[in-house]
Amino acid sequence: MAIAVASTLVFFGALAFLVTRSPGWDRFKAYFFDWSLYRESFPEIAEAFLINVKIFLIAEAVVLVTALGLAVLRSLPGPVFVPVRALAIVYTDLFRGVPTILVILMLGVGMPALQLEGVPDSEIFWATVSLVLVYTAYVSEVYRAGIESVHPSQDAAARSLGLSRFQSLRHVVLPQAVRRVIPPLLNDFIGLQKDTALVSVLGVVEVLNQAGINEAADFNGTHYLVAATLFVAITIPLARFTDWLIARDRRRRQAGGVPT
Amino acid sequence: MSTSALAIEGLHKSFGKLEVLRGIDLELAEHEVVCLIGASGSGKSTLLRCINLLEPIDAGRIVLHGDDITAARVNVDRVRSGIGIVFQAFNLFPHMSVLENVTLGPRKALRLGKAEATGRATELLGRFGLADKRDEYPDRLSGGQQQRVAIVRALAMRPWLLLLDEVTSALDPELVAEVLEVVRELATEGMTMLIATHEMSFARDVAHRVCFLDAGVILEQGAPDQIFEAPREPRTQQFLQRIVDAGRL
Repeated sequence: MAIAVASTLVFFGALAFLVTRSPGWDRFKAYFFDWSLYRESFPEIAEAFLINVKIFLIAEAVVLVTALGLAVLRSLPGPVFVPVRALAIVYTDLFRGVPTILVILMLGVGMPALQLEGVPDSEIFWATVSLVLVYTAYVSEVYRAGIESVHPSQDAAARSLGLSRFQSLRHVVLPQAVRRVIPPLLNDFIGLQKDTALVSVLGVVEVLNQAGINEAADFNGTHYLVAATLFVAITIPLARFTDWLIARDRRRRQAGGVPT
Repeated sequence: MSTSALAIEGLHKSFGKLEVLRGIDLELAEHEVVCLIGASGSGKSTLLRCINLLEPIDAGRIVLHGDDITAARVNVDRVRSGIGIVFQAFNLFPHMSVLENVTLGPRKALRLGKAEATGRATELLGRFGLADKRDEYPDRLSGGQQQRVAIVRALAMRPWLLLLDEVTSALDPELVAEVLEVVRELATEGMTMLIATHEMSFARDVAHRVCFLDAGVILEQGAPDQIFEAPREPRTQQFLQRIVDAGRL
């Protein structure tokens, strides 16, 4: 413990010394670490960040369901479902292959331009749709890995009780699959949250654009630091929450029965 | 009009080029207990899995209480809900408590209400000394307890027929007895059972009839005393001799 503390102090001390001794340090410090500006800028940028929060909350809720659906479609066995599986594969290949920013640009600019009756023309709407499309492809692969990690004997046991294919999936296979993929699922969700900044290419004044506007006004990068802090601030609680979920599940299964 | 609980006629099953079952004919009367013995790979497990329709068969017929369950357009889920199977590796659902494991089938496949399914499960768990385990998760139980839960899970469906697939093979020796005791009790109560087993003294004790499976056919069958004391087929004699030599009979 003492060694750990000492080595940590020495390491970061040396790092801080080197960085602050660099020739451009004073200018760097003035550009990124203006604390009074930080406090002043925070409320405005945090308000813009609410747009990002809205986008990722909606997108995550939708992706949880659509990705599961896609993974299940791709796991359907037998020759009858070949076209379904093929479609699912094409979808995944396509939306994992195209850069997210391109999907956002194409849908966000293209769909409103169609001026179709009943088709929303909000950039935020289409940006959210784009993120859903892309992340459905990623997350469905995570789910699929989970589904395939559940041993076939579990399905056999469920089917031998007379459960239908769907009931076995719903009550036996998926609950185990989802528990196993919670960490990588969270990984993708953090990625999605960060990718809401890509919506800025459509001109929506969300967190990144707001920080950029502020930066352009007084040529100070502290506004970007505010944006960065906000992203980190929402990621950390999510990570700890997931750790807690996993630990709780493990406790329940191994350290004694807690009736629910 | 057939009175047999189960009738298998000319059952063939291959996995790719490997022919595992090469024409099985077998009948079980109501309340009869039949043990399948034979070397590993002789087809015992495959036969049980075919009866439960977990494996599609290549040729032949399986008739359960007069209904051909291998015919086209049979509702396999309904057939399976009437046949219990207990696996060597227990295959309990690790994310569910004991009670949830036992009530899942009755609730989802038989569509019983929660109260009725719980009542049925509690009664069975109590009967087999598992009442205090109902809220535990499988990982917390010993192998013997897990296998008893698996048997209870099958019984909760009130099956016509119970298939046991080497239910003690994955257990530590000192846990075998508690599971065999349960099976013995079921036999006394008149449960129709088809049991694949390596426990020869148990087979001799509990079975009304013993079938010796060799290379995918039933080579010899008869009363336990006849099979174990005076096997007619040289292959049966050989197999039993090896068991005796290993000190297992």
